[in-house]
Amino acid sequence: MRSRVSRRRRIWMAAGVGAMCGAALVGVLVGPAAMHPVDIMAELVDRLVPFTHVESGLSERQAAILWNLRVPRVVLGGMVGAMLAVAGASYQGAFRNPLADPYLLGVAAGAGLGATLAFAYVPGVTGLVPVAAFLGALLGVGIAYALGRSRDPRRAATSLILSGVAVASFMTALQIFVQQQHSDTLRQVYGWILGRLTTAGWSEVLQVLPYVAVSLAALLLAGHLLDVISVGDEEAETLGVNTKRVRLVIVGLASLGTAAAVAVSGLIGFVGIIVPHTIRLVAGSSYRSILPLSVLFGAAFLILTDLAARTVVSPAELPIGVVTALIGAPFFAVVLRSSGEGT
Amino acid sequence: MFKRVLAGAVLATLTLIGCADNGSGDKAAVTREGGFPVTIAAANGDVEIESEPERIVSLSPTATEMLFAIDAGPQVVAVDDESDYPADAPVTDLSGFEPNVEAIAAYEPDLVVVASDAGDVIASLEQTGTAVLEMPTAEKLEDTYEQIDQLGDATGHPEEAAELTDHMRAKIEAIVDATPPAEGLTFYHELDPQLFSVTSTTFIGQIYGLLGLENIADAADPAGTGYPQLSGEFVIDADPSFIFLADTQCCGQNAETVAGRAGWDQMQAVTNGRVVELDDDIASRWGPRIVDFLQVVSDEVTAAAGSSAPQSSVPEAGTPEEEAPEEGR
Repeated sequence: MRSRVSRRRRIWMAAGVGAMCGAALVGVLVGPAAMHPVDIMAELVDRLVPFTHVESGLSERQAAILWNLRVPRVVLGGMVGAMLAVAGASYQGAFRNPLADPYLLGVAAGAGLGATLAFAYVPGVTGLVPVAAFLGALLGVGIAYALGRSRDPRRAATSLILSGVAVASFMTALQIFVQQQHSDTLRQVYGWILGRLTTAGWSEVLQVLPYVAVSLAALLLAGHLLDVISVGDEEAETLGVNTKRVRLVIVGLASLGTAAAVAVSGLIGFVGIIVPHTIRLVAGSSYRSILPLSVLFGAAFLILTDLAARTVVSPAELPIGVVTALIGAPFFAVVLRSSGEGT
Repeated sequence: MFKRVLAGAVLATLTLIGCADNGSGDKAAVTREGGFPVTIAAANGDVEIESEPERIVSLSPTATEMLFAIDAGPQVVAVDDESDYPADAPVTDLSGFEPNVEAIAAYEPDLVVVASDAGDVIASLEQTGTAVLEMPTAEKLEDTYEQIDQLGDATGHPEEAAELTDHMRAKIEAIVDATPPAEGLTFYHELDPQLFSVTSTTFIGQIYGLLGLENIADAADPAGTGYPQLSGEFVIDADPSFIFLADTQCCGQNAETVAGRAGWDQMQAVTNGRVVELDDDIASRWGPRIVDFLQVVSDEVTAAAGSSAPQSSVPEAGTPEEEAPEEGR
């Protein structure tokens, strides 16, 4: 029995690695700038495989497009996708709520408020928007957590989610107020809210990397704790797990990583819902499987979504948040229905 | 999310912007019988104006520029918060995007000019007995002339309006004639750092078209919105001869920030110093200063033609003979 489970898990892990690598490769090969896939492959081999030299036939400008725009965009898409998916899975586990994700606790609203304030009051300072969004996101979760603490352990999860909803509404209202006062920033704010990997470069990748790396690594180690909590708080306590502390740590880590991710990518929705739920449906419900698979399939999903965002109306761009919502909203409805029927 | 955005918009609309400025004796020099009552065929239908307006409120920065350029300025009692030209326009905190009917009515206007019917402002104002002219974003140069003429008729300055449009036509023709052919020259017009651009179907795109420049965004607008968001890859790959920045004020962009974007240093416009910092406002309004905008573009084309011509021993002096017609008034 045990070996069959782990075998199934190994197969899915292999599939996930394949999906991520495949998505990344397609993402790098396809784009609005006309470059032959063979040339791109040659360039990749030339640069990435040590001690090999292949003449790629790409011009200097094309090489710059590939290495300074397309590759970092794929890398960033993968990081953001993995982070959002794992954060979503962690939240769902920590709150035993199938529709939970960091956005519910005010990460999105806080980041939106931070970004809007930066656009409105300090226009033109490009590097400031992600910083402001990051701080806003952390502030949002922080307030939600402080308000939502409940002494009654049975109500802990619910009251935290409710306070998150309240904080999110309040911050969204503030954001819209600021936005209306500075209507000239409207398009920039919306462009940011709808998600953007359009102008992503290596600097964004480096900004996000430390937070996402720490957050992902720590969450992956917490899989067995989520499995225990998923049974119920009281049961978990009898097993010697301090659910309050575990929940705080998991929520904190997932929020930190998500805040960093949305700071550079904008508010890309639904990834944290779609990916973990699909994995649950096909690969089982242990968080020791769900979390690592969320990394792989989350990355693959967002890379492919971004590919759609930049190729469907190529050479124009669709906001990636629109693409994920178009796929995500119907999916959300299906999950809602099936989880309703299941209980 | 979007429901909340909507709710917020309603909320913001309800925010009162009080403050009434009565008095400020208007020194309207009524010189000539302008022919009232007059009927104006505006975008919101035929609008009847009984007598020469004495208290005009403009909620459109472009209309403000037009009104002052046809000497109707003294009749204007209030303009919206975005109307920053000319400098002596009576700027208030009225908003054209989120118009507040009560705040507008507090100025006791007899004519209100708007660029759009945001929040059904036209119907509400008409209920208070105020004539409202809707003058939307021009789709072509002729629309600009038509709006100026209509404002002339509506305010009692038809002759000044005719003078202005004649002057603009002549000036534009002169600039076009004096500009060397822009054959093979391409450009990218940037609306914001998220790489939103304009196509040749838009008003601003047509101005470039007057000089024969080719717009790289035309290839990128299958949906025909006129305002596509381009991908960085595409812009770099298209490698336009010019980059025109219409996001210098809103978003602090300039030649250096463009050169600092990943991969953009490979573009000829960057290496040749052909990243042009425009005035956001001039490049987004369809008023009299469109002539100034055309002049800026013309100067750039002329400079480019001069430098790409066979190297003569005498370096070309950059400026063309046509001098900048900075005032359209």
